[in-house]
Amino acid sequence: MDIVVVVKLVPDLVEEIEITGDGKTVDTTFMRLIINEPDDHALEQAIILKEREGGEVTVIGPGVEDIDGVLFTAAAKGTDRQIKLTGDFDVEVNNHALARAFANVVREAQPDLILTGVQAHNDMDGALGPLMAEYLEMPYIGYVSGVVMEGETCNVRKEYPGGLIGEMQVNLPAVLGIQSAESPPRYVAVSKVRQAMKTVTLDEQTSSDLDRKGGPAVSRMFQPESGERAEMIEGDIDNIAEKLVEILRTADAI
Amino acid sequence: METKMIDTSTEFIYQFVETVPEGERIRLCLQCGACSGACPFGFVMDFPPHGMIAMLRAGLLDDMLKSDTAWMCVSCYACTEVCPANIPVTAGLTTRVKEEMLLAGNVPTELQDALEKAQRYFNPLGESPRKRAEWASELEPEITIMAKAKRPVDVLWFVGDYASYHPSARSATLALTKILNALDVDFGILGPEEVSDGDSLRLAGESGLFEMMVDKNASAFEKYEFNKIFTSDPHAYNALKNEYPRLDISYPVQHYTQFFTERLEQIQPLLKNSIDADVVFHDPCYLGRANDIYEEPRQLLQSIPGVELVEMSHCRGNSLCCGGGGGGMWLDGFRWEKAEARISEWRVREAVSALGNQETTSKGGRARILAIACPYETPRFEDAIKSMPGAEGLIVKDIVELLAESMGV
Repeated sequence: MDIVVVVKLVPDLVEEIEITGDGKTVDTTFMRLIINEPDDHALEQAIILKEREGGEVTVIGPGVEDIDGVLFTAAAKGTDRQIKLTGDFDVEVNNHALARAFANVVREAQPDLILTGVQAHNDMDGALGPLMAEYLEMPYIGYVSGVVMEGETCNVRKEYPGGLIGEMQVNLPAVLGIQSAESPPRYVAVSKVRQAMKTVTLDEQTSSDLDRKGGPAVSRMFQPESGERAEMIEGDIDNIAEKLVEILRTADAI
Repeated sequence: METKMIDTSTEFIYQFVETVPEGERIRLCLQCGACSGACPFGFVMDFPPHGMIAMLRAGLLDDMLKSDTAWMCVSCYACTEVCPANIPVTAGLTTRVKEEMLLAGNVPTELQDALEKAQRYFNPLGESPRKRAEWASELEPEITIMAKAKRPVDVLWFVGDYASYHPSARSATLALTKILNALDVDFGILGPEEVSDGDSLRLAGESGLFEMMVDKNASAFEKYEFNKIFTSDPHAYNALKNEYPRLDISYPVQHYTQFFTERLEQIQPLLKNSIDADVVFHDPCYLGRANDIYEEPRQLLQSIPGVELVEMSHCRGNSLCCGGGGGGMWLDGFRWEKAEARISEWRVREAVSALGNQETTSKGGRARILAIACPYETPRFEDAIKSMPGAEGLIVKDIVELLAESMGV
């Protein structure tokens, strides 16, 4: 039972996102990248499955800044192989290009199951999972929050809007878009990550030219603008709180 | 299986004796249970401190690690204070047990979140490291940030996590700035180059993360010239004074209560405004029990005209923790689930007992103040007051806020 987990890194929203002068891309000057949260859940789910069923887990990530830390942390958590895919992964790279590049590596690894996060906050051209599934000619199920292996198939729990849960069976190999792992991503002590840095080697593979066909062309990128009817409350915390209470009182809400 | 269990416990004790200062004292434990009686949360722990030692002696470390109640430990040194055999209970035993629990993956989710944030942003609050000095951005005169000023200073102010970022703790940070300016102290801060002191991360079992913070702070210290380090954060003080030197990072360091007490002659004439208040002082664990600083904060308070200092039932060496130590700042939900109690509320109740409630004191027109000297405490006690019937009107103030008010700065 071999699993590949595909992770991508997204802008860390702890720093405010700024837009470049041409108004079409995110300014990367102070931007830091962080593992996409649902991808972290996909990684956790893969390690849980390995602990339960045996087999190996391979994690693949794009060779952007901070990826080494993500891959060493994954190794410390329990992955067996860490692939760093190098290539021209700039801020404008789209999911079509990533999916094609990752699919090539996944195809070679011939896993039974491919897990990735169901979505990322910087997806502009659809989620990565279904695109990869298309290029790999495999079935895809998204919004998954539980996976049970059953021989050549696996049973998954898929979340629907409105609190509905669907249970379905899928033939392997398949791609699953993970919404949340069975348990929250585990903590790994810094000492264990440091140890992984000393003992684990990253498997660096080069991706050929990235094919971005199918992605969108951005005509304008901008911060949310307040609408005509919106009232922005200004001032320090006390003034804002006072004004809020007044508004809620006037509206008869409190 | 039996042999393996004996091995891990023996290994634990062996390492304890080898690596913890005074560690060999663990062998002197006579199981009196004083530590567990003094522990504010001893009553909910499956293995309070003396129970931990009993389990280790019985070769049952692995069984002990299955319980999560060691996370109730607030690293407050109450156990250490009363131990007749002088065993380093807080510095060694409970901290090492938490380390083992962390390595075994037995970590409450709330704590995990803070540790991950500290790993990524170098502060457990998860704030942007670039904004560490944002509190000082609009101050006049402008605060010296070492990287910009490129000059030696007399005093390097290590601001710390909560004093930098927490909105409730910031007013004390600003008051401290005003006093330093009024006293004409030549000081500077590291700004974004400063990271968490790491002490509470260490006491929450993350020694690797602590070492990471030490490395980062040490390389910032090394770049600049200064005569001493000064901090308002007792946890940072404890780390810089006692723990960094173990990793060969050694600078003279003072908590502000020490720094200002040394300058009391200069300060006294500046304390012009009377503050008509009855004041209790909450001894922070890492000033008091961990570092024996009891007199300085009281001297400063008593120098303020109008202030009447009253002692709470737990004070000085047997002071009661605010609940924020040893990872407690990031375990409120977990601890409420276990104990259905908040130590900060017990403490506020003691303050009310000592000072009287609003009804009994309103006639005299005197304010009732719970004075503190640690940035963890303002949010903890302010929240406790909000949820405690009878505590209305009790004011939480850092000593520096009272000094600044009296100085009129």
